[in-house]
Amino acid sequence: MKLAYWMYAGPAHIGTLRVASSFKNVHAIMHAPLGDDYFNVMRSMLERERDFTPVTASIVDRHVLARGSQEKVVENITRKDKEERPDLILLTPTCTSSILQEDLQNFVNRAALESKSDVILADVNHYRVNELQAADRTLEQVVRYYIEKAKKQNNLEIIKTEKPSANIIGIFTLGFHNQHDCREIKRLFNDLGIDINEVIPEGGSVVNLKKLPKAWFNFIPYREVGLMAGKYLEKEFQMPCITTTPMGLVETAASIQEIFQALKTIDPLAEEKFHVKNKKSIEEYIDQQARFISQAAWFSRSIDCQNFTGKKAVVFGDATHAASMTKILSREMGLRVSCAGTYCKHDADWFREQVQGFCDEVLITDDHTLVGDMIARVEPAAIFGTQMERHIGKRLDIPCGVISAPVHIQNFPLGFRPFLGYEGTNQIADLVYNSFTLGMEDHLLEIFGGHDTKEVITKSLSTDSGLTWTPDGLAELNRIPGFVRGKVKRNTEKFARENSMNQINVEVMFAAKESVGA
Amino acid sequence: MTTNVSLIEKKQESLTFECETGNYHTFCPISCVAWLYQKIEDSFFLVVGTKTCGYFLQNALGVMIFAEPRYAMAELEEGDISAQLNDSKELKRLCLQIKQDRNPSVIVWIGTCTTEIIKMDLEGMAPRLEAEIGIPIVVARANGLDYAFTQGEDTVLAAMSHRCPEINTQIEFDKKIPKKVTPNIESVTEKALAFASEKIGLKSLNLKKKNSHLKGSSGTEQEYLLRQEGLGVEKTKSHPPLVLFGSLPATVATQLNMELKRQGITVSGWLPSQRYTELPSVGEGVYVCGVNPFLSRTATTLMRRRKCKLIGAPFPIGPDGTRAWIEKICSVFEYEAKGLEKREASIWNGLEDYLELIRGKSVFFMGDNLLEVSLARFLIRCGMIVYEIGIPYMDKRFQAAELALLQKTCHDMNVPIPRIVEKPDNYNQIQRIRELQPDLAITGMAHANPLEARGISTKWSVEFTFAQIHGFTNARDILELVTRPLRRNQSLEGLGWTKLVKSAF
Repeated sequence: MKLAYWMYAGPAHIGTLRVASSFKNVHAIMHAPLGDDYFNVMRSMLERERDFTPVTASIVDRHVLARGSQEKVVENITRKDKEERPDLILLTPTCTSSILQEDLQNFVNRAALESKSDVILADVNHYRVNELQAADRTLEQVVRYYIEKAKKQNNLEIIKTEKPSANIIGIFTLGFHNQHDCREIKRLFNDLGIDINEVIPEGGSVVNLKKLPKAWFNFIPYREVGLMAGKYLEKEFQMPCITTTPMGLVETAASIQEIFQALKTIDPLAEEKFHVKNKKSIEEYIDQQARFISQAAWFSRSIDCQNFTGKKAVVFGDATHAASMTKILSREMGLRVSCAGTYCKHDADWFREQVQGFCDEVLITDDHTLVGDMIARVEPAAIFGTQMERHIGKRLDIPCGVISAPVHIQNFPLGFRPFLGYEGTNQIADLVYNSFTLGMEDHLLEIFGGHDTKEVITKSLSTDSGLTWTPDGLAELNRIPGFVRGKVKRNTEKFARENSMNQINVEVMFAAKESVGA
Repeated sequence: MTTNVSLIEKKQESLTFECETGNYHTFCPISCVAWLYQKIEDSFFLVVGTKTCGYFLQNALGVMIFAEPRYAMAELEEGDISAQLNDSKELKRLCLQIKQDRNPSVIVWIGTCTTEIIKMDLEGMAPRLEAEIGIPIVVARANGLDYAFTQGEDTVLAAMSHRCPEINTQIEFDKKIPKKVTPNIESVTEKALAFASEKIGLKSLNLKKKNSHLKGSSGTEQEYLLRQEGLGVEKTKSHPPLVLFGSLPATVATQLNMELKRQGITVSGWLPSQRYTELPSVGEGVYVCGVNPFLSRTATTLMRRRKCKLIGAPFPIGPDGTRAWIEKICSVFEYEAKGLEKREASIWNGLEDYLELIRGKSVFFMGDNLLEVSLARFLIRCGMIVYEIGIPYMDKRFQAAELALLQKTCHDMNVPIPRIVEKPDNYNQIQRIRELQPDLAITGMAHANPLEARGISTKWSVEFTFAQIHGFTNARDILELVTRPLRRNQSLEGLGWTKLVKSAF
């Protein structure tokens, strides 16, 4: 048993549901008690989804405990099959079904006989893997299922496209800025003369998974999800798997070079045949973008950025974003990263290797109190982390830029805010700069004693109200949340004056509320 | 439109209850820790469950998690599930840590689905650990296998009602009465009558006895005599102790206390109180009354285990409900309710601007927090037409007075009685919403945005749980919530973008 207040990565079934609801026309059925369908709320609120989240629960209640699910799960699957005609129904186990140990695979087999949809059981163990690992596994499972199905039906499309093309694997619902990143990658590939074959799972269709082998290579922007599917396709079809995240100028260049190395293995003349934008060579393109299209290189050189030299920063997040961010800060902006960390404990070795030489120490933990203690000890000038670090920063009065999930609704912006590619470097530069200037402004204000040296004596415009508040009235007033207290006070005093009362107690307060309705 | 009419016409003139599949969206009952830890200031809530529970709490409670909450997860790991670890030892370790860090006056263990399935004996372990660590441990099984959303509070309050101190004077008081004097009458009002006669009986009994015996209760006796003789000191007019149950913000509790005080009725305590150490005394002869419709277990526990007398009243939601609630309490104590008619009317007057907006508009409750019947009854009185009242669970006995008021309200307003659907099926409900096209759907967040995108105005139902909706004073707040989507739509009207999905709904 572990005393826990907060967690970075969610439970396994959330990962599975994210895969399922990212695909088009896939329905997930959770084997779960009432109230476990909270995922629907998150998707509907955070992503501001217009459509109903394709997730329903096959409710586990007392009867199920006593007699087993029996027909219930099968009925729910066949019912959903008739109602919505999905391509795939994914039965999703939860922590509850993990311990009930019902033979869910058997239900799936039975339901598959009756329904037109494909039915599979997500193969995840709640107590062994977290949200990200489960998502990775489920995506691989779905890809494997449809590749094998196509093999059996002999309609697998293995002939490569004429032009170089790529699958983008790992764009997700509820992923950190995933939609924006996807758009930016597409733009980058368009510049490079590379076609997009399939994007999965977001917006993808399981029916099209048999077309995956048509692409020349697979592009995995985030380590956390997509790697397993990428490796599977690499093993099965010898498709190159590009895993360098194009985040920051240096890594974006590395990623592009890696892509063309891979293309050359398929067609040695790839680079000459398929010109990048404006018929430039790759090196020219990278140089142009870095020096003139992206503003990040120039920003690093500008005197603004000089002020950051040697400033201490702490980075924490998922493996992909924390590693990339650490490298950007120390290599491209000249900051000193005192500590870089990740909560992806399962990927600790990779993370250590990546940030080696770019930070003073490495922290691998999923306990937010350890992260908080570390930040308090290091006292950085800025933090780059998740929403949790933002709150730690608030408490310690240290500015924080959010660079990784888990995040709140404000990190699902409507405007275009990629973290990847060349536009991503601009966004990151802004994020870093804004975090620090806020911090410095604060600091200067402190030195010079606030915005204005004159003390504000009274907040109300009238000088003397002639009204007295009784202790009970005052106590009640103080119970009202700060942001409306002023309004309530004014309204109450107005009411008291109108009714020529000069003592305000609780009763007058409530009477005032009833009369003006405020 | 034809289906529209036929569906409305189908509605009956008497109350009927339907029951669907129970495939609906609601919050897990463990969410009650969110408001209960804030209400009970010296408590600590420990949710014994898995990552799933923790993830729900963390996301549902948003920013509260960062304000040093007095709640935490005891997160079960594989070793706990397979019983390789000793539950009792593990819990002791965590509780000692909590004691050291926070030193609460009570630790509430919230049992979850997982503890149910692995049959962790929380109730058995609690008394032993309580003795070992010296902090009371209250066990509430607020799990998704058995309960929905607000029912979580019910399980906690039911567990806590066992911890209320026994009211001692009452025991002595009752001991003096020969058992046969207490008649076993069903109706609460009659019970009150019986109580009054007991008192009179007691008085005469005592008067016959030696005067020294009177010393203990002489104060109340004298007041009683004064009242009998018409010299009544209104404010201290005696009635049996009244304890209200249901967790409300301190402000709202004060407002309800004052409403009753105006009628000369003193509230002797609330379950829960602001602090665990101030739990109200209960026992035989104490009258209890609920303020929320989802508290049926607490009511049952107070009646059966603590021998309290339950006042079954409509709930003080909306001015109509509040008036009925006060009148019922008054009638039980044989007080004549004063000035309520005028007060209710003045509240309604103050609501007129909002009523204009909603009169004649239709509303559909998808159902997720058990406040539905009371809110529907209020909205019907406001002039709305309610198509359907979805509700997770319907305790017809505990809600009897509320249901009767609903029926009466429908009759008074000359509208058909809405269908009441227990354990609704959200998928079917969406189909019905599509046919009926209500002006407002009161629903959970899972469906709110998708419905809005299809041109159906929605109000997020959970807000009713967290907003202040009780008593005369807060009637406006309910309408503020109900009218918000309608007012928002007024300001967006004319832009022509109501349906924002490509598919036909």
